[in-house]
Amino acid sequence: MPGLGDLERSVMDVLWDSHEARSAYDVQNALAADSERPLAATTVLTVLSRLEKKGFVRRERVERPHRYSAVASREDHMAELMHEVLGGADDRQAVLARFVGQVSPAEAEALRKLLSAN
Amino acid sequence: MPVAPIALALLAVALAWPIPLWLAAARWPRRAPGLALVLWQAIALAGGLSMIGALLTYGLLPFGPDLLSGLVGFVSAVADGTAADRAGLDHLAALFGALLLGVHLLLNLILTIVRTDRDRRRHRQLLSLLGRQDPDDPSARILDSPLPVAYCLPGTWGSVTVFSAGLMRLLERDELRAVAEHERAHLGQRHDLVLVAFRAWHASLPWFPVAYRAEREVGMLIEMLADDRALDHVDETSLARAIALVGNAGEQSGLALTERATTPAGTLQEQALERIRRLSRPMDALPTATRAAIVAAAAGLLAIPTILLIVPGLS
Repeated sequence: MPGLGDLERSVMDVLWDSHEARSAYDVQNALAADSERPLAATTVLTVLSRLEKKGFVRRERVERPHRYSAVASREDHMAELMHEVLGGADDRQAVLARFVGQVSPAEAEALRKLLSAN
Repeated sequence: MPVAPIALALLAVALAWPIPLWLAAARWPRRAPGLALVLWQAIALAGGLSMIGALLTYGLLPFGPDLLSGLVGFVSAVADGTAADRAGLDHLAALFGALLLGVHLLLNLILTIVRTDRDRRRHRQLLSLLGRQDPDDPSARILDSPLPVAYCLPGTWGSVTVFSAGLMRLLERDELRAVAEHERAHLGQRHDLVLVAFRAWHASLPWFPVAYRAEREVGMLIEMLADDRALDHVDETSLARAIALVGNAGEQSGLALTERATTPAGTLQEQALERIRRLSRPMDALPTATRAAIVAAAAGLLAIPTILLIVPGLS
């Protein structure tokens, strides 16, 4: 039994790879296609509503069944993540401890010199 | 002549200005980052204690000879409505200032903790959707990004170390090991707690240049501590190469360049250089006597304002 985190990830992958909003039933079918053990419809709904609450998934309530789509593309989220990691100032260091920050061109040159001396 | 308020005020000024500036400029912290970190924490704590203590002891002077009897006297004076008659405006203003400062510092600490926690939670959610598990290390995640980054995300419910695919392509095995051990040291020694405290201190006193210097210096010492731990597992050259390669590649990728304008000039950049210099020219450890003196100084910094506050007869 995969954990909730893995399920959320697979559901997001389905939504990211599809170009239109999908119903929970579509998602369930897409997941069943590449796994030998199909998921219960309630499980898929639970995962979808968790993702909606976290702000990753949007739900269209115009007609039944409700249809779900990703709020932003995979690439957008990756960019957001990288922005968090690389961007910001030193107060980022309190949120996540980065191994090393970027350096300015002049300092990059000094780094190269230090390296070749080693 | 009231000793405690004057002595506490003098101590507060010393801890707010000359002492942190001296420590930030000193060279020895690079040889003993752990001890320097202890000293920085003692300075921040004793500084806050003496600032609030000076105001409090001065404000309570009309109500009793020491802190405890002063507090009791003040509470009963407030209860029977004679507080304003017994104390002048200066004493009441000092009491109000002590209260304001105490609440301000406490609120900022809470706010910083909540904010940091919220940022981390969002980041963790993104990670669980975008990262894949490292097959060699169950607590690590790999991000499919060409940018070479490595970082750790501390958390109450387990911490994560993150490496990017770009980093794993860029670095040799020993260099990767150096990065992993460096990040593991951050998590193991709970460096995030110290950083959050200094971040809160800086957030409560944003106009106070020393608070910024302190946060920066503490950030650097923490990196050096983690470097030292990594050296238990890899040699200096691998670690220095890893720092230089990751630093350089981050620059060349050209990403996050837009952020540069908002980054205070030379914080992390200087850090990378400073760390490599330190690794390429290893320094001797501090003599035992010096180490003992530093520990004694830190203990003294905390003891002096405490004694001034609680020992009767000094007010």
